[in-house]
Amino acid sequence: MRMDGKFKEHAIETVLLSTSAVTVVILFLICIFLFGEGAALFNEISFFDFLSGKFWYPTSEPPQFGLLPLFLGTLIVTVGAICISVPLGVASAIFISEIASAKVAGMLKPFIEILAGVPSVVYGFFGLVVIIPNLQKLLNLPTGQTALAGSIMLGIMALPTIISISEDAISAVPSFIKEGSLALGATRWQTIHRVTVPAALSGISAAVMLGIGRAIGETMTVMMVTGNTAIIPGFPDGFLAPVRTMTATIALEMGEVPQGSDHYHALFVIGAMLFVITLLINLIAESIKRRYMFKVGS
Amino acid sequence: MKKNIITSKKLPANLATYMTLFLIIGAASIGIGCVDKETQAVSESILVKGSDTVLPLAQAESETFMMANTDKSVTVIGGGSGVGIAALIDGEVDIAMASREMKPSEIENARSNGIDPVEHTVCWDGIAVAVNPENTVSTLTLSQVRGIYNGSITNWEEVGGTDLKIVAISRDSSSGTYEYFKENVLEGEEYRPDALIQSATGAIVLEVSQNKNAVGYIGIAYLDESVKAISLNSDGTYVLPSAETVKTGAYPLARPLYFYTNGEPTGLAKTFLDYVLGPDGQGIVSEIGYIPV
Repeated sequence: MRMDGKFKEHAIETVLLSTSAVTVVILFLICIFLFGEGAALFNEISFFDFLSGKFWYPTSEPPQFGLLPLFLGTLIVTVGAICISVPLGVASAIFISEIASAKVAGMLKPFIEILAGVPSVVYGFFGLVVIIPNLQKLLNLPTGQTALAGSIMLGIMALPTIISISEDAISAVPSFIKEGSLALGATRWQTIHRVTVPAALSGISAAVMLGIGRAIGETMTVMMVTGNTAIIPGFPDGFLAPVRTMTATIALEMGEVPQGSDHYHALFVIGAMLFVITLLINLIAESIKRRYMFKVGS
Repeated sequence: MKKNIITSKKLPANLATYMTLFLIIGAASIGIGCVDKETQAVSESILVKGSDTVLPLAQAESETFMMANTDKSVTVIGGGSGVGIAALIDGEVDIAMASREMKPSEIENARSNGIDPVEHTVCWDGIAVAVNPENTVSTLTLSQVRGIYNGSITNWEEVGGTDLKIVAISRDSSSGTYEYFKENVLEGEEYRPDALIQSATGAIVLEVSQNKNAVGYIGIAYLDESVKAISLNSDGTYVLPSAETVKTGAYPLARPLYFYTNGEPTGLAKTFLDYVLGPDGQGIVSEIGYIPV
């Protein structure tokens, strides 16, 4: 009987180990595929030229593959999205975990979860039909398909991530710290912005990093609302001009790219770059989170 | 008494449950029966893949074709001209749809793979230049359109309109229409770098319909009241895009749409192609908004 139970235990453990190993293997294979297919481009042009090239003309003769306009496009849209979603997200998280009654918080949370569940193409369509024409009228622009439209949409889409993770961080601040502050005569607001938020700051930073990761990886919505013009955006007036992101470039051009051509390999290099960027962001978020766990524990 | 009431109350409820169950099972088996019948009856099937421009036509053709020939199956998939041609070269499909001619390099690839591509023109398509209905400009010469798209003309005032910045909209580079326009209007020049790129023709129509500054190029099948078609001129007279003017050759931006087969088609591929080129098929061509051959 005991041997049988042990064997069963062992079998279950092996099955669980192999399922989680599958995830690692898949990631590893994707890595090999991305970097392998991308590497072929650098037989033709140098890595440095690719990174610093100012023009993306993949189908002209001779073609020009410059990552700079696409990278800066991704950057400007993401920065805009963060500027919109961080204040809103952190404020909502503070409200839900510190101010709202349990009933109100319980009503708000499902709505935030629904926001996370809306498909990105629906966000894109909303942006296309509602945000773009109004943005054009409001700011008197030649077109509403701008980096700002992308930032607004991505800002909304990053909200659920930022709210729920910051809320976790704020709720995790031990109550004795807050009680101590209140006992010393601090008002509720003073406690929140001098004690609770600083104590949760690393958790909130991790939330912001994950929100950035969400914004950088988003494809469909940005492709539908940013106009996809591959020119280097100015700053800050670039917000009111069309831009093209790295993800949108892959989605737009992969359809008819001849297999094995330089253009094909260049799209894989963009994919590999995105992979590296998201990996870095996740690592940073993870390390911030770990530090924050120490703080609460000690 | 009490017991009786309970059972008599329960009985109808139970009955209803059973009846619903039977109904569901019955409906399901009817469905199964149908599927079986169809799969057994289909004796031949072909795969058609390629251009998104030809896609709506091929879909409509295959639907009516299969309604008339229930034992045949024609599967139609989009993806773009290049995707369809690549699939033909690999021997994966029976017919490739294309909105452009095969490139010499593609024909070479096909030959080395033992595939002999044969071209069939199934209909004609006109490319309309469309603006917002509020735009006062309604005629342009081809060289003005070229100027708008290569960036040398940037304000509607320069072509007789009001003082508004021009926002030129293009398809993405995987579109056959993108290449056609680049070759025939821009004469090989690069598009202006600040042109908006849309991933679908529907998106171009939407942006033009809600933006007074915008101009876009679309297949004439996509023209509707939300946008205004521009009369184009290449030698003297201005011509509005329509099925008539494309057919007579008066409208300058028209191109054939193709089916490519491996060798002369045989079997179902031949039957389907004959149907598309026949009177019924060409009737569908007009219905969809393209021009019969």
